Amino acid sequence: MTHAIFYVFAAIAVVSATLCILQRNPVSAALWLVSTMFSLAAIYVLLDAQFIAAIQVLVYAGAVMVLFLFVIMLLNLGRASSDFRGPSSVAATIVIVGLLVIELTALWRYTPRRLASEIAQAPAFADPASVFAAGPLAQQEAAARGVVGAIAAPLFQVYLVPFEITSILLLAAIVGAVVLAKRKV
Amino acid sequence: MLLGPALGLSAILFSLGVAGVLLRRNAIILFMCVELMLNAVNLTFVALAQLYGSSGYIMVFFVMTVAAAEAAVGLAIILAIFRHKRSVDLQNINLLRG
Repeated sequence: MTHAIFYVFAAIAVVSATLCILQRNPVSAALWLVSTMFSLAAIYVLLDAQFIAAIQVLVYAGAVMVLFLFVIMLLNLGRASSDFRGPSSVAATIVIVGLLVIELTALWRYTPRRLASEIAQAPAFADPASVFAAGPLAQQEAAARGVVGAIAAPLFQVYLVPFEITSILLLAAIVGAVVLAKRKV
Repeated sequence: MLLGPALGLSAILFSLGVAGVLLRRNAIILFMCVELMLNAVNLTFVALAQLYGSSGYIMVFFVMTVAAAEAAVGLAIILAIFRHKRSVDLQNINLLRG
């Protein structure tokens, strides 16, 4: 059942992403991208990441895409002429993307067991017995501390310094965006 | 467990993002394709976090923060370029081409 739902949302995500890169109108491209992000949020729920799914809807489908739509409408790009590159670029795209798909879809054959054995053979990464103690770790952590607690506890303990650095990054982004978008510096 | 199919889906989405970046000339759509690639990477993190524990979710968190910052600054740059050139077509933005 979970697999069937996963494939439905995966199909929606792939079709929406394809339409997103093929739409001439930037507004419809943005809306198809929103559709992709919503189906990705549904897939996150299927992968036991409910909190990440909520963040995906709030931050990506909400904030980031609204920012995109604001800029598109501010610049009045609604009726853009065709902006596809020429045939030589299309051929190059097909070759590059084809190679990339062949390389990356090798990942499809990965199962938890194969991943575990490959990591066990890798030199001095971690003790595989501790990493794969008994079944999926995320589910165990969620059962022990709740879905949000399982993310919050390491975020504010182990990853506290990166978390604080993120705030500096956001401050720099805010100042940079204001300075760049201002009419006269 | 949906490890393999999730990794495969993220591979397809990433490739679609690359295709978009290579095919289009509209700067805003290029940015959207970059966001699509970041989303595909997030899906990989979430799929592997099932096995490895919550560190993958925290990486997703950081990727989302960086993506938000990148979108804000990038769109401000596009806005500034549009004021200058009256266009967001990358064909017209070739100041750095030798």
